[in-house]
Amino acid sequence: MMELYASIVAIGLGMAQGLLGPALGTAAFTLVKTSVLIMLIVAPLLGAVAYLTLLERKVIGYMQARIGPNRVGPLGLLQPIADGIKLVFKEIIIPSGADKILFVLAPVITLTVAMAAWAVVPFGPKVVLADVNAGLLYILAITSMGVYGIIVAGWASNSKYAFLGAMRAAAQIVSYEIAMGFALVCVLMVSQSLNLSDIVNGQARGQFADMGLNFLSWNWLPLAPMLLVYFISGVAETQRAPFDMAEGESEIVGFHVEFSGMLFGVFSMGEYANMILVAFLTAIMFFGGWAAPLDTPILNFIPGPLWLLGKVLCILTLFLWFRATFPRYRYDQIMRLGWKVFIPLTIVWLVLIAAWMQTPFSIWK
Amino acid sequence: MAEKIREFFKTFLLLELLKGMAVTGRHMFARKITVRYPEEHTPQSHRFRGLHALRRYPNGEERCIACKLCEAVCPALAITIESEERADGTRRTTRYDIDLNKCIFCGFCEESCPVDSIVETRILEYHGEKRSDLHYTKEMLLAVGDRYEAEIARDRASDAAYR
Repeated sequence: MMELYASIVAIGLGMAQGLLGPALGTAAFTLVKTSVLIMLIVAPLLGAVAYLTLLERKVIGYMQARIGPNRVGPLGLLQPIADGIKLVFKEIIIPSGADKILFVLAPVITLTVAMAAWAVVPFGPKVVLADVNAGLLYILAITSMGVYGIIVAGWASNSKYAFLGAMRAAAQIVSYEIAMGFALVCVLMVSQSLNLSDIVNGQARGQFADMGLNFLSWNWLPLAPMLLVYFISGVAETQRAPFDMAEGESEIVGFHVEFSGMLFGVFSMGEYANMILVAFLTAIMFFGGWAAPLDTPILNFIPGPLWLLGKVLCILTLFLWFRATFPRYRYDQIMRLGWKVFIPLTIVWLVLIAAWMQTPFSIWK
Repeated sequence: MAEKIREFFKTFLLLELLKGMAVTGRHMFARKITVRYPEEHTPQSHRFRGLHALRRYPNGEERCIACKLCEAVCPALAITIESEERADGTRRTTRYDIDLNKCIFCGFCEESCPVDSIVETRILEYHGEKRSDLHYTKEMLLAVGDRYEAEIARDRASDAAYR
């Protein structure tokens, strides 16, 4: 389906170039082409964000022996649309002492950053907007920018509670970024590349892959501790349960207390887009991206992007499963886990992997 | 020492977290307890205390003899009764109001009634758009009684064995 999507896009672009290319000039055509491609990524992404909220409510409902939303449309399928309309029509209250420009800009920064990272995410072989060599670096750089949205939100609210909440959230994100970065350094060490497509292709090689057991060659097995660290840091990074202090309104006040209506909606859209991003990256770095788990004709018949989407869906379900299962961390526990457990663990494992790669037993040749 | 090593592996293999996830994972496929309300209802007892009604005898004569026991026993002071001698010499109510805004649905009025006139029915789906809509007069209560007499009589009969 995705490949069909990609080929339709390619044919469309070819036709458009023939028709519009001479009229617009190369530079203008590139601009139009890129905008169209961006829309083709962002529009399904926003749809996925909307329906992830429905999936979340359904999954959590089922785990609590309820059935979740089922009133708006068949099986509640129109619920995200109803929620969206409700949010749009709600009043946006800007506190009187707030910095109006920054206050509106903060959620925009969060969402922009969450969307910008998608430029280098490969959806299949060659299906990627920008096939940059430093893709991983780009992702790390862009996702770190997300913390500005939070800091600015807390600052612009002109409320001490929002400001303290922003400080906590920012500290949390920055702490987990280190562990996350180190975990990814292990991945890039074994793949010898920062390009996400190369990382995926690198996982299709190895002793097990030669035997047709692709899934044993993927990074999750040799780098299992790093997978755990990366994924848990990803959960903390996206402020999801059990690390969702910002949303724990019954215990503690978060950075977006002063936000209402669609401004708040944009924050949560950013959060969900980040969740999907982390799920994609986990699938790409550790679970072989678009590769089928076994190298057999039947499984290879299913197009690669579908495999990728399937893996992403499983990982996203894990996010929701966590939220239904674990009680919220206390702030000092979050910090302890990040600094005293994950960072030492990743550094030790980094050295171990480096040493392993120098020995004759290295499996990454 | 062995205890410490066991603890170490327990922590780093996230065993307890996995146990928790197994619990929620099992519940994901458990039977759902949701009652889809307007389409489905929970079972209702024949002693259910809902909207009030005033009953009549089979010959059409109203049961209420204006003894005012219900008015006296009502803890919320929701019942107002005025009475007069009727042309045939019997004592009857001229006014029998229940203010459902005040009523706490304790069922004392029904318990106190010597002639089983005032009863609480199973009806729970009624509403008022103004406060005064929930101020039930004698006519309204008699109308409820007339309409649901079959059900009311059946419920009293099934409860009679326990009284």
